[in-house]
This record gives sequence, structure tokens and C-alpha cells, in this order.
Amino acid sequence: MYTIHELHEKLKNKDLSAKEIASMYIKRIEEQDGIIGAYLEKNFENALNDAQKVDERISKGEEIKDVEGIPAAIKDNICTNRVKTTCASKMLENFIPPYDATVIGDLKKDGALLLGKTNMDEFAMGSSTENSAFKLVRNPWDTECVPGGSSGGSAAAVASGEAAFALGSDTGGSIRQPASFCGLVGIKPTYGLVSRYGLVAFASSLDQIGAFTKDVEDMAVVLNSIAGYDEKDSTSYKMDKKDYRKALGGDVKGMKIGIPAEYFKEGISSDVKSSVLDAAKVFESLGAEVVDISLPYTEYALAVYYILASAEASSNLARFDGIRYGYRSKKFEDSIDIYINSRTEGFGDEVKRRIMLGTYVLSAGYYDAYYNKALKVRTLVKQDFENAFKKCDILISPTSPTVAFKIGEKINDPLSMYMSDVCTVPINIAGICALSLPCGMSSNLPVGMQLIGNYFEEEKLLKAGYAYQMNTDWHKMNPELRGGK
Amino acid sequence: MNYETIIGLEVHAELSTKTKIYCGCTSEFGGQPNTHCCPVCLGLPGSLPKINKKAVEYAVKAGLALNCSITRASRMARKNYFYPDCPKDYQITQQDFPLCANGFIEIETKNGPKKIGIERIHIEEDAGKLLHVRDGSLVDYNRAGVPLIEVVSKPDMRSPEEARLYLEKLKSILWYIGVSDCKMEEGSLRCDANISIRPEGEDKFGTKTEIKNMNSFKALEKALGYERTRQKELLDGGGTVHQDTRRWDDSKEMTFVMRSKEHAHDYRYFPEPDLVAISISDEWIKEIGQSIPELPDDKKKRFIEQYKLPEYDADILTSSKKLADFFEECVKYTDDAKSVSNIIMVEMLRLMNEKGVEIEGLKITPQHIGKLVNLVNKKTISSTAAKKVFDEMFTTGKDPDAIVKDRGLIQNSDTDFIKGIVLKVLSENQQSVADYKNGKDRALGFLVGRVMKESKGKANPAIANRILKQELSK
Ligand SMILES: [Zn+2]
Repeated sequence: MYTIHELHEKLKNKDLSAKEIASMYIKRIEEQDGIIGAYLEKNFENALNDAQKVDERISKGEEIKDVEGIPAAIKDNICTNRVKTTCASKMLENFIPPYDATVIGDLKKDGALLLGKTNMDEFAMGSSTENSAFKLVRNPWDTECVPGGSSGGSAAAVASGEAAFALGSDTGGSIRQPASFCGLVGIKPTYGLVSRYGLVAFASSLDQIGAFTKDVEDMAVVLNSIAGYDEKDSTSYKMDKKDYRKALGGDVKGMKIGIPAEYFKEGISSDVKSSVLDAAKVFESLGAEVVDISLPYTEYALAVYYILASAEASSNLARFDGIRYGYRSKKFEDSIDIYINSRTEGFGDEVKRRIMLGTYVLSAGYYDAYYNKALKVRTLVKQDFENAFKKCDILISPTSPTVAFKIGEKINDPLSMYMSDVCTVPINIAGICALSLPCGMSSNLPVGMQLIGNYFEEEKLLKAGYAYQMNTDWHKMNPELRGGK
Repeated sequence: MNYETIIGLEVHAELSTKTKIYCGCTSEFGGQPNTHCCPVCLGLPGSLPKINKKAVEYAVKAGLALNCSITRASRMARKNYFYPDCPKDYQITQQDFPLCANGFIEIETKNGPKKIGIERIHIEEDAGKLLHVRDGSLVDYNRAGVPLIEVVSKPDMRSPEEARLYLEKLKSILWYIGVSDCKMEEGSLRCDANISIRPEGEDKFGTKTEIKNMNSFKALEKALGYERTRQKELLDGGGTVHQDTRRWDDSKEMTFVMRSKEHAHDYRYFPEPDLVAISISDEWIKEIGQSIPELPDDKKKRFIEQYKLPEYDADILTSSKKLADFFEECVKYTDDAKSVSNIIMVEMLRLMNEKGVEIEGLKITPQHIGKLVNLVNKKTISSTAAKKVFDEMFTTGKDPDAIVKDRGLIQNSDTDFIKGIVLKVLSENQQSVADYKNGKDRALGFLVGRVMKESKGKANPAIANRILKQELSK
């Protein structure tokens, strides 16, 4: 399995053509996606056509960009012009957007090959990708296990070598947790760094588009393509484009890495805990200073998350009402019936659960007790991090309390499912950035650590993550699959 | 029992920005259904709103013109409700932090001027339009996303007439400052009213009803009058007023219940997470303030003071900003404002009306009107001649000096010249002379007319008059 930078070298040296690369990935998808189930929609013809154009450019001796000719997979809640974007929901089963999300435009402009759209939890709600209305995704490391969620399809695609990298969205950990479960690097950029235009909203104030890659260097390459100000997104941050590859290399001597006590409490499996603490020792051995810190409001973060995310989701998902597009119930006499029956039949259980919760917390009489209070606690969670970043450069924690769990294990226990996001959710609440990367194995499944950075300090995360990967081999491990390497 | 009527109005005005409030689509009225649309105003999944700065500017402008304070840190909110004309099933509006608050409008009532308070002005998006046909309903989203301001008054009006005066004044101000075309017939100005009654002297408000769908000033006044009587009769009959939303039917001249408040929506307002807060700097407010023209009331007061015009003249001249500007331009060329006012009101507006010409299309210039007034005042031409000159100026745009010269209209005050004509006229009109002497004063007018005609309008009429009288009394 290749990284983006390896493929780029091969393209430049003409060891492989873009068409050969695309065909290689397409073949792999055809061989094994029947088992993995990462893709909902395949777009091979376009990918091959685009590969042809890249090859023409190379043959003319033109300089190619870092992601040019590199096969990518896109989570199915990111709009792609004239390609189905279903959010893994019956509601949008046949929705074909007439426009590209800004990140898709960026990738196309940079010449990436878009292989297709990946499976996910319906409307990005879930932590296992078992909430897809269409099919199951299996973890390439153990097909009895979930790949994590909600961007499980994107994670599984990269882990199984069915894409060199993938885009996902992260509202409460939906990139980092599946990255952790699938042994990948996953990033949740700072809120506002990557345009949300074209991302079908789940919870607008928490959603952020990010990516899955094989290693940290690749992550810098992908960020270079998708990060930056977009005038179409009013919450997008106005700043000059950065070259994230410049953050790679250099040593971490003197870097202060905080270990927040609250992220290592009960509920975290001992293997996960020891792997992450071992990683901290690696940093120490590289000259970083490890300090203990406290984020006292962490325990409220999950509650805040479920109130705010559900509230926003209840409103964002109102437009799926059977009137304009998507699913419409056959049973109706008037418009109220259309709304009720279409939504009853079109949404899955988890989506309905959150819509109801969100409707409740916003309703007159409960607004102050829940929504408003959650906003106040959100400020306290932010302050926790602001204080921590006065003392350290980055923080280190587990990404998920456990490694990947078995398919079906938690699907009937929503609360225990929600707990798998306990380490990732506070980052979305604060709007800061975090990177998950593999740091160990437990029962033949990857363990992920989370590096947490201050607002727009992705460079520090990449620098630390890169230094770690230069001195360890966890990211080089690959799952053994049928149809193997 | 005697009751006091309490009325408050909620007025929606479409802002005349070129584009919609959250996207770049045209906000023009009409067009083929669903052609003024994009992913944003259709609320397609993944699309995001972006606020139109011009809409904010217009709303602030309205706020300043209506004496409001401007909220420096304002923000948008979502109002959630399911309705097919609402693309996202929520409307992006404002709730806790409206752009403008606490203003007022002054109206002229029978008992003198009265201030009507304005609670708030906020910006929001318009919804689409439903068209119900036999087989179902059609939706046109061209209007969806057109920027609106909602102007909410305080419950300060005490009669349907006051409500009408308030709405008329509000309309004239919004139109005057150019933020809305206020066309009620196209729906760019819409008015909902809350009305309740209470026994005179009581402090507590009675139960109010809301009336929607009033599409003219007349309808507003009638609907409120109807509703006031309906509530009165209910209470006098021992009944109670229900908190209904009612619809005014213009043809039946009655209100009907649309829905009762028990089934009212819970709109679940919350801050719009897709839009950052709107922050408005003092400099921007100042800049917007400077772009507000003098308002009709102020202008009228100033015209009366500065130009010593009667109220009637000032009223007409300030009824449109263009007309007022035209007048003031004329006055730059003469000291006689009243004569200018007379010419504009009597001659110019009449001709404009007859010929269907707007101010912009006028050939006649303010400078020429000023000159004309001066020609009369300096007695270079007679007022009779002035009328002819004006007509020609109006049609050709020629300079009055040139017209006077070309047509030889310069007034002649030479007594010998005039006396010669007078004597000629008297000898030719013996009958009129006899009539005059027999006490028929009207004959004098006839003779003056003859003299003017004989002199081709050049004779100074005052002198002609004097000489005629002298000769007749001989
Ligand atoms: Zn639009």
C-alpha cells in the first residue's frame, strides 16, 4: 500500500502512470469492496479520464501537484457535482447535487482522482457506521469489527488500500475515531480552516471537513489542497494559504506536551492507555517536555455535545421533508402527512433519536435549561483548553477509549456507543484541532493517540506527529486482507 | 361601555437590494418561476448562507431614518417551522438582537402630532410563493431569500385611522430613503396588525387578535374598524375575545379566523450557526447616516421657513424628493421662491400630467424657470407673455431670453405707445365704453384684454389698466 508521497514520486519518475495507479486502486476495490463495503457510489470512468489528463500533463513535462493523479475517496455527505450524495440515508437516496463542495473543487483543481463516495452513518450520526441505510462497512483489520464512525467508509477505504486518501467529516470525532480504529492518520482541523460549503450539515457549529491518510506527511499534502479561506462559508477563517509540508521535519526538542488527566480515567482500556503513555515517552525521548495538566470541564463535554449537536441537527435536517427532493412517502392526504410520513419512513432510528432530542432542547420552556446552559458550558470547555495552551504546545490523549468493537456490539446501547466519542468531542466543542495517529496494537487491532492543538496550530500537530512517525513504525503496519498487498 | 382601542403593526418591507440576502441571485420581482434560484436560496443540502452587506446597510438606514438605536453586535437566528414555501423549513431572521430598536414615527392626527413608537427593526429572508392548482400545489422560489425588514411598532395607535397614518408615513419614509419600493400591490410592503380593546381607564391590555392580509391603506383601516366593532360587540354581549389569527377578506369586508393561538407554532429560535455575528462600526453608521436624505417632514418644515412658502405649497413640493430637488435648483436662479412655486405647481405639474412626462424627462431646466421668474419680476415681460414663454420652454427646452427675443415679447411700458393703443381700442369698442359707463365693471377687463391683444401682449398691463381708467373717466 502506497502513501501519497510515494505515488507522487512514482508519477514524477514515470515508474507508474496515473492511469496505472487508478487502475490498481479500481482493481482492488473490485476485488475486495464486496466484503469491506466502503463505497456507496463508484465513479471509475471519471477517475480514469482524469488520470489520462494527468498523464498527458506529465508527458508534456509539466510539473504536477502533490495530490495530482492520486486516487481519493469522498465521504458521501460532501456534495459532488452530478454524482449522487446520499448521506447514507433513504431520504437522499437519489440526490444528485448540481454543485461541488468547495473542498471537491479544490481537489479537482489540484488534479486528484475521485474514485467514489464512501459509506457512513446516516447524516454522520453514529460511531460505528452501522447506521447506514444501505449497507455495513467492515474494519479491514478484522472484518467482524466496525471501522468506527461516522466516516467509517472513508477510513476503511484508505486502510484497505481502496484509496490513497479520503475525505471525511468530524462533528464529534467522526474522523479521528475511525482513523484510530483503522490504524490511520486522521485530522479534525480547526473550525473555520476548511470550508464547510457543500458539506451536508449535521451540526453546523461543530462540523469540520478533514481527511484520512496513511501517514502524517500525506496529511500535510491533503491539507495543503483543502485548507484555506472560502468566501462562500461565512464561518471560514480569513488567512493566507499555508504550506503544511514546511511543518514537517525539525525536532520536537523543548516542545511542551500536556497529558490531561481527565482523558486517562476509568473507561479507557488499559492497552489504549499504555500505548498512549508509551507514545508520550517517545516524545520525551525526542526531547519534548511532558507535563501533567487538567481540563476540569471535560466531564460535561459529552452532554454539551449531545445537546448542541442535536439541536442544530433537528433544524438542519428539517429540509428533508418530502417536499423538494429525496424520499416522499406514498401515504398522504395533506402536507402535514407528507412531512410526518416521509420523515418517519425516510430517517433511521439514530437520526430520529437526535431530531427528537434536538427539538426538545430547543422548545419553549426548555431552551434555557438545556440549550442555553450548554452554550455556557461550551465557553467553559473552551476556557479549559485556552488555559492548557498557556502551559503547553499540544496535548496528548487516547483517541478512543477502546480499539474497534464488534459489529452489533453496541448498536442497541446508544449511551455506550456515545461514550466512544468521549475523548474527541471536547475538541469540536472548543473548535480547536486534533490529529489521530496509530501508536500501538491491542488484540491485533490498531490503537490511536490524539494530539490536540490550539486554534490554527495544525503545524504543531503535524510536526509532532511527523517526528513520532520518523521514530516508530506503527503507521507502516497494514491489515492483512484477502486480495492482500 | 366605552372602550379604548390598542393597535400595533408589524410591517414587512422588501429591500431594494439587487441581490438576495444570503446569496448572489437577483432579487428582481417576477421572472419565470424558479429561475432566480441557486443552491443557497433553495436550501440545497450543503449550501451555506452569506449575508448581503447591502441589506444590512439598508436596514440600518431605515433604522436611522426611523429614529432607532443601532445594535453594534447583532446576530441572526433560525425560526423553525414546516411550510412548503420555506426552502430550509427554517427562516433565517433575527430574534434577541435585532439590528435596530426603540425608534419612533411622528404622525399628524386630528388632535395634533403624535409619536408612534417603534419596538424593533430586523432583517430576514422572504419565503417562496405557493400556487394552488387543481392537481396540487406549485412552488415558486424566486422570491425566497429576497431581503426583508420587519418593522414592529409599539402598541401606540388608538384608532384605525392612526394605524393608517402610521403606515402611510412609514411607507413614505422607506420609499424616500430608497431602501424599498414599497409596492403593496406587488407584496413588497405587507402589513399585519394586532388589535385589542379595553374599557376606558383600564391599564391592562385586552386579548388581542392578529389580522393578516391587508393589501392597501384602505383595507387596513377598514379591517381594523371591523375588528374593533366585532370585539366591542363580543364583549358587550358578555362574550370573550379569542387570541386568533384572522384574515381580512376585502370583498366581504370581514375578518375570518385563520388559526387560533392554541395551535400556535413553537418556532424554536436559536442563534444561526452558519453565520457569524454582524458587527457594525460607528464609522459605518455615520457613513450610512450621511447617505440619508432630508426626510419629507423635515424638508417641508424647512421649505416653509427658508422659502416662506405656504404649507400647501411645501406639502406638494416635498411630496417627491425629485420635485423638491427641482424646486430648490430653480430657486438658485431667483430670489422669488413663491413665484417659482406657483409656476411649478400651476403650469409645470399640469403640463407634466397632460403630456405624461416625469421629472427626469423634462426639457425645461431649473435655470430657465429662474430666469423666467426674473423676467416677469423685472417687468421685462408681462405675466400673460410669461405663460406663453413657459409653454414654449416646456416643449422645446429653449432659453426664455431667446424665446422673448424671437417672439418680440418684451413688455412695453412706454405710456405714449400704450395710450395710442388705448385710444384705438376705445374708438373701436364704443359699446363696451358705454357699458362701462353704465356701471358694468366687467367691460374694463374686456378692454384691457383688447389692449393686450392689440399690443401683441407687450403692453405693461398695469399701465394699460391705469391709462384705460383715465381715458374712460374723461
Ligand atoms: Zn440564490
